[in-house]
Amino acid sequence: MEQLMQTLKEQIIRQLNLNDKKPEDIGNDDPLFVEGLGLDSIDALELIVLLQQEYKIKLANAEEGQTVFRSIRTMAQYITDRQAQDAAAS
Amino acid sequence: MYIRSAAAVSPQASFEALFTGAAGYQGEQLSCIEPDYTSYIDPKLIRRMSRIIKMGTAAAVESLKAAGLEQPEAIITGTAYGCLADTDAFLSRLVEFKEELLSPTAFIQSTHNTVAGQIALLLKCHRHNNTFVHKGFSFESALLEARTMMGENEITTALVGGVDEIIPASHALLRRFGLYRANGDSLRLVNEPAKGTMAGEGAAFFVVDTQQSANSLARLDALQTWYKPSTPNRVADGINALLAEQGIEWKDIDLIVAGRNGDTGDDALYDLFKKDIPETSFKQYCGEYPTATAFGLWLASHILHEQRVPGVEGLKPRRILLYNHYQQTHHAAYLLSAC
Amino acid sequence: MSAPVYIAGTGVITAIGNDTAANLDALRSGSAGMGPIRWLETRHQGQLPVAEVKSSNEMLAEKAGLPAHFSRTSLLSTIAAKEALQNAGIPDLGKWRTGFLSANTVGGMDKTENFYPAFLQNPAAGRLREVVHHECGAATEITADELGIQHYVTTISTACSSSANSIFFAARMIRQGLLDVAVAGGVDALTRFTLNGFNTLMILDSQFCQPFDENRRGLNLGEGAGYVVLVSEKVAATLANKPEVQLSGWCNANDAYHQTASSPDGTGSYLAMQGALKKSGLKPGDIDYINLHGTGTQNNDVAEGTAISKLFAEAYPPMSSTKSFTGHTLGASGGIEAVFSVLSIQQGLIYPNLRWETQMKELPFAPVTTLQEKKVEHVLSNSFGFGGNCSSLIFSRIN
Repeated sequence: MEQLMQTLKEQIIRQLNLNDKKPEDIGNDDPLFVEGLGLDSIDALELIVLLQQEYKIKLANAEEGQTVFRSIRTMAQYITDRQAQDAAAS
Repeated sequence: MYIRSAAAVSPQASFEALFTGAAGYQGEQLSCIEPDYTSYIDPKLIRRMSRIIKMGTAAAVESLKAAGLEQPEAIITGTAYGCLADTDAFLSRLVEFKEELLSPTAFIQSTHNTVAGQIALLLKCHRHNNTFVHKGFSFESALLEARTMMGENEITTALVGGVDEIIPASHALLRRFGLYRANGDSLRLVNEPAKGTMAGEGAAFFVVDTQQSANSLARLDALQTWYKPSTPNRVADGINALLAEQGIEWKDIDLIVAGRNGDTGDDALYDLFKKDIPETSFKQYCGEYPTATAFGLWLASHILHEQRVPGVEGLKPRRILLYNHYQQTHHAAYLLSAC
Repeated sequence: MSAPVYIAGTGVITAIGNDTAANLDALRSGSAGMGPIRWLETRHQGQLPVAEVKSSNEMLAEKAGLPAHFSRTSLLSTIAAKEALQNAGIPDLGKWRTGFLSANTVGGMDKTENFYPAFLQNPAAGRLREVVHHECGAATEITADELGIQHYVTTISTACSSSANSIFFAARMIRQGLLDVAVAGGVDALTRFTLNGFNTLMILDSQFCQPFDENRRGLNLGEGAGYVVLVSEKVAATLANKPEVQLSGWCNANDAYHQTASSPDGTGSYLAMQGALKKSGLKPGDIDYINLHGTGTQNNDVAEGTAISKLFAEAYPPMSSTKSFTGHTLGASGGIEAVFSVLSIQQGLIYPNLRWETQMKELPFAPVTTLQEKKVEHVLSNSFGFGGNCSSLIFSRIN
């Protein structure tokens, strides 16, 4: 989980072009949107692409992103859960 | 209409630099000297911006600053090609990933009105916002719209700009149409006519005003365009008519600023207007591109304001005719006078 | 008060018909133009409905009198603009200063995207004739040349509000005495570029769209072209068919909130509608019909609706989104809906907002769901787009 969260921070910085940020600037529980990192609706769509590209996880709709992308920890948890589900299913 | 300020992001560092040492470029193209954008643009907005958006926004902010104007009553841009880098990024990925795993940012930023929209966002400007995308008339259309809005008493000031960028893909494509010479030397481009020109790019923005102010750069007395004139003489007649409308004659023009680009075929048209009048040109400084007249107008405005002409000593022009054509299809003439 | 600008003719091609008469028939009978993708080559075939013009490029080329390898954009544009000029029937057109003021968002992209795969492999590969008309201005010039219009040509691109802007720029040019006649509007063809672009924004409805419905899921993309012929009073006096409609108001405002999203209270929409009313000298209560922007996305409809509820709170005029017929035709929508607005006044019709079922909880009004026949004096038409661009036009009966 710790490793996954670190990787996610790096991937988010790259995908969203957050050039002035380093992984250590983003707390695991910091809100990603508005008051935290200040991300917006376009970033949410970018994160959906990131999940699909890096983790082969497809969100059903953009609204689902609102809960999944609350923080680095919720994202990592969601990825871990989905991967466990997929492993169980196959 | 008065030109209250003019600012450019171009292959030249400044108007001053044209006297102290203009930047020269070798090969097929001239590239912009870009400023430190962080002093112009909110870092939150900058991360999604491609080069053309940053160039346009910086030139816009600089021209507003020079005019001492916080909120223009209209923002009108002209761009022939639009946001090429974002268009290329989205299209390339669409091809490569076969319409899957596409990212929205490039698509959103690829729309032609992105520069004008981002300027509005930066200024929180709710007023008229428009973008013209008509090849060699893109910038002229933007200025013309500002003029019609002033005529309708809809506005008294407007921010008007022309912007286009070169990206590797667009250059690779345009060179296949045989537009460029292989081993160009930009500062000698116009003096050594040959087949082909050199590619250029840039952003030039202006604050235009119905009223003269203490630091107005110039007055734009007339602007006229001609689309695919049946003969070059139609343009010559048109310019004669333009002068007559203003109640002046050729001898009243102190300087012609010509859009010569060094290509023998293109430049032949400028010779048709060759009178016994001093002439200077601008594409040795900015290269050839569809909105290059915005740079030409930037140059002419500063010449009239500072009363000095790069490369011509002792000339203090009061009246300038700026004439340009793009690929012999889009012709434009501007008549400007000193304030 | 400057001189009035009259509407002398209309031309339109959309998924619901290849000319004005066919569009009017479909609007009367409530026939929507959406369906499975047939002509556009894309992996989304069978998944996303679109509102395609029901003709191949070959069929369109024949109708337009142009080569079939030209961009679909230029073919659609030429067909509708030709119809508009014919419909206007201006005697001795050559003696007037005529302009063609068009609009589009992606120019010849439908051809460029065929060119790109080979070009990406090798910059020397790919047929140049596929990209020679890439620029937005190219489609405009193909049409202008075909119509013999030389005095003035230009092209506007402000995303989904593009062609509303070209119409009132034309009106200003006429009022300022720079043109006598202007064919103005816009065009867009469906492309993989835009279909995939809107798909990344997750705002495409996989069913037929339901604008202004509580359970709306997004928009359907469409394609087409729509133009009106604007003329000065002097030209109008020479016409055998006296114009019945004039362009009486317009405004372009910017939301300045976000690159793509509309502000929750619809600031830009409000300012555009308010500005157009001011320009026309009309009050909100004078408007007999609002042709909504009404894309069917969550964001647009609530923002536009909120702005309307502020401006028209005293009495809501009948309103509907004709995108429920034509899909969202992007740069063409302002032009197409201008034609529908003119027809609304000429024919005394208010079009239904198809497939509307459930009241939006944020709004105190509902769109019209069945065709209404009544006298229409003033129509407000909204066109909003990315970049915060919001434009409104008002068309009025000439009394």
